[in-house]
Amino acid sequence: MPAERRLILQYLDQPGYTPDLECYRRHGGYTVLRRALELKPRTLPDGKTVSPQEQLRQEVTTSGLRGRGGAGFSTGLKWSLVDRKSGKPIYLICNADESEPGTFKDKQILYKDPHQLLEGMILSSYANDAHLAFIYIRGEFVEGARILNRALAEARAAGLLGKNILGSGYDLEIHVHRGAGAYICGEETGLIESLEGKRPYPRIKPPYFPAVLGLYQCPTIVNNVETLCAVKHVIAMGGAEYAKLGTPNNTGTRIVCLSGRVRRPGYYEIEVGKVTLRELIFDPAFGGGLPEGRQLKAVIPGGVSAKVFRAGEKVKLKTRGADGREVEQEKDVLDLPYDFTTLIAAGSMSGSGAIIVLDDATDLVGALANISEFFAHESCGQCTPCREGSLWLAKALRRITGGGGRPEDADYLLHIADNIPGGRTICAFGDACAWPVQSFVSKFKDEFVARGKAGRAGQQQPTSA
Amino acid sequence: MSANVVPREVAASDTLTVTVNGRAVTVPRLLPDWQGHPATPTMLQACAAAGVTVPHYCYHHRLPIAGNCRMCLVEYGLPALGPDRQPLKNPDGSFIINRSPRPAIACATPVAPGMEIYTETPTVKAMRESVLEFLLVNHPLDCPICDQAGECKLQEYSVEYGRAASRFVETKVHKPKQVDLGPRIMLDDERCILCSRCIRFTRDLVGDDALGIVNRGSYSTLSAYPGRAFDNNYTLNTVDICPVGALTSKDFRFQMRVWFLKETKSLCTSCGTGCNILIGSRENVVYRYTPRENDAVNRSWLCDFGRLNYKWIGRADRLKEVRVRGQTVTWARALPEIADRLKAAAPGHVALIASARLSNEELYLLRKLAQHIGAVTDTVPRAGDSDRLLVHADKNPNSTGARVLGLAADPAGSNLPVFTERIRAGTITSLLVFGEDLTRHDFDAETLGRLDLLVVSDILPNETTAHAHYVLPGCAHAEKRGSFTNVRGRVQRFFKAVEPPGDARPEVEFLSEIWERLTGKPTPAGLEALFNQMAAEVPAFQGLTWAALGDTGRDLASLPHAM
Repeated sequence: MPAERRLILQYLDQPGYTPDLECYRRHGGYTVLRRALELKPRTLPDGKTVSPQEQLRQEVTTSGLRGRGGAGFSTGLKWSLVDRKSGKPIYLICNADESEPGTFKDKQILYKDPHQLLEGMILSSYANDAHLAFIYIRGEFVEGARILNRALAEARAAGLLGKNILGSGYDLEIHVHRGAGAYICGEETGLIESLEGKRPYPRIKPPYFPAVLGLYQCPTIVNNVETLCAVKHVIAMGGAEYAKLGTPNNTGTRIVCLSGRVRRPGYYEIEVGKVTLRELIFDPAFGGGLPEGRQLKAVIPGGVSAKVFRAGEKVKLKTRGADGREVEQEKDVLDLPYDFTTLIAAGSMSGSGAIIVLDDATDLVGALANISEFFAHESCGQCTPCREGSLWLAKALRRITGGGGRPEDADYLLHIADNIPGGRTICAFGDACAWPVQSFVSKFKDEFVARGKAGRAGQQQPTSA
Repeated sequence: MSANVVPREVAASDTLTVTVNGRAVTVPRLLPDWQGHPATPTMLQACAAAGVTVPHYCYHHRLPIAGNCRMCLVEYGLPALGPDRQPLKNPDGSFIINRSPRPAIACATPVAPGMEIYTETPTVKAMRESVLEFLLVNHPLDCPICDQAGECKLQEYSVEYGRAASRFVETKVHKPKQVDLGPRIMLDDERCILCSRCIRFTRDLVGDDALGIVNRGSYSTLSAYPGRAFDNNYTLNTVDICPVGALTSKDFRFQMRVWFLKETKSLCTSCGTGCNILIGSRENVVYRYTPRENDAVNRSWLCDFGRLNYKWIGRADRLKEVRVRGQTVTWARALPEIADRLKAAAPGHVALIASARLSNEELYLLRKLAQHIGAVTDTVPRAGDSDRLLVHADKNPNSTGARVLGLAADPAGSNLPVFTERIRAGTITSLLVFGEDLTRHDFDAETLGRLDLLVVSDILPNETTAHAHYVLPGCAHAEKRGSFTNVRGRVQRFFKAVEPPGDARPEVEFLSEIWERLTGKPTPAGLEALFNQMAAEVPAFQGLTWAALGDTGRDLASLPHAM
């Protein structure tokens, strides 16, 4: 029976649970931090010592924790790339910009359980020798910023933040910085530029890898809200125990956001890879299926930037059988385990964990037009393909949905979209704005061609000139 | 490129070898970056070393890297690494290359030993085509009315790398088209390809954070900071570096199509820095100056003041006639007379004032003349404001030449009041003036009136030419060849772009004639021979030849460089 596994979401929806420090403490809050700050250096058999910070980082690596913001990059690996030799201060930034359409998981934590994030941040900062950390929160979360600032004030007053935290000698200060309405501030280097007071133009890599040249050109770690909360649980139960949750290479739990045409849209925390898309959409424990009389048409499995799956679509996957041999299986997309690796192998991604369900009453051309408007509006404009291509796609889809489609528009859209992703742009926004077009048009080509033929332009006779 | 794929081969040499389109090229391990600091060469630098052009817009070798135009995308491969992080090799010793699935921008990606760079694959060609198609989506079809036509990178790359037709059928984004950005710059926001060269130049090189981009996405628009004008002394350099016709010079706007312009290598004469320029002229009219690259002097830049200071060349009131006591005569009549008068002048009673705006060769002839007739000499100093970039406080282009050729007093100009006194006292009775209006330097009309002989050569009429017994019309630097020595002792050549007006003649010509009439001795034929003789005779110029000066000049060996 598929079921939720509430680890991060364990308490925050329980009746009477409030965001204040008192409530958090009553539920065991900050005991993990206290224990971590009491860790002593450990001496190995060969005489080398492992500092408390290295021990904590090792736990995170052992846990197999992957980033929960959308890229799924190994947190342990990200932390290990930090330049600890330059002598520059190391900064930690919590990416609370949550802007991927369909995603609303970080909001739950920020609004209902801010201290869990703070404990995770203090642990992560301590583990990485950071003494200054920031929470970059999207500007639209007005109340969320207030809640966070109240939580920070409580933490400072209780000696959990500031100088000499809990008498350990460790200093840390955390500041909240509000964004101003740009999706591109969720891109880690765009975020850093914005935090520095500039326009959020993502940086070119090389050379501006945040682990080496981040905030103020100092080594910086940028992690998602949920990831930082997961760190607390990794430290609490130990990395090896955490790695038992979920599936190999896809460990732990993650919060998925279900929306669209399902009976029970909402957020659900599951063990990664232990629940399939079908179960998430149809099982009464989760989405409970589509409304009466509706059929599934398409699923966007990871936020609108993820490539869409068509209902009934089959993918060929290489899996390792019980005897260790590699076999190729054909699977219906709905039967794919919801994790990082399988969905990527299937030609899409789990991204931010946002699953959007589209039914047979949905105008898919209109849905794509809607998505394209978002990307055209949010493109920062720095590099040529995305700046020009994103608006070009949106204008084309406006024309098509407005009755001006042509039969060749399916190929026209693909031509534009094919020239944006795959390293042609400075950041992944190029991929994000191109993938929906590539996947919608190629998997639902019949709808686009039909729309084109029905358009005014499609019905004109070609001139002889 | 992550740390995992860079081979850790420790090379004994200070070079590394990469392959560009199948050909090996060796580059130094460290090359100067935009600030001159040593850095690992980029793919673009390696391609340049291999003689392979990679098209680009936003990259400029003197500006910080932006990486936003995406025109320089290339494909590449790196040596595969074994578990020991050492490169794997084929049986023949060559690297096993892992082809990168993603392209990289050549301007910003450092090379690694054994890297293979591919600039002409079908994918690379398709990427260039697509970048051009994207740029032309909103770019207006302004070529017929755009000043940049003929020197426009969008035009050039479209022909070389672009599609014949765009597939765009939607409506273009419209932006402000005649933006008065500042006193010298006109901006057309629709043409702007948002490469940010102008922003980086103004902010990082000039230190004036005056330009930026407002709005976002496809609506991004270049703008001056709201409420401020774009008005520093280097704004016109942004017109040079703008790859398209977005930033144009108000002075040059709609004046001339660039393919009609003859470009002559010359020098700016507005101060002692001696920035290298190209004079753009057509049919004896100068239309503009543009900077010429010289790492040792002005790099790629000019100041706005010097750049626009050319209009005096074409002034209608230029001196065009040889005059003897107000009457127009021929050179053939005037020169013998002057020579005779000079022969008769008593040594020690002649003064010669030579402008520090004259060329080395002219000053050299004046030096010989002065020595022969026993004249006392001086030059007129000219000082003004300076900045920490190009502008020098010395506003004469050849003070150093005047000094090392012995014409200037020490300090320069200190003889001038002495001359005034001696003219009044009657101990100086002849005065030769080349290129200065002495009435602006404490020589009044009354003093000049006491002279028995006043010979003046200049290019524009003034109070001194009005009182001259002999007026000899000379040439602007654009109308002759020669060399100047800048404040740092660098000798640089300039060439002739336009004809002098009327009867005006290059000074070396009529000075040579005077010399020959005075002494009976010839002067070398041709400017090159004249320069070489000067270098042989004058210790400061020793070791130099006209040919060796090349396009970027040579330093005087004997002079200290900090001046």
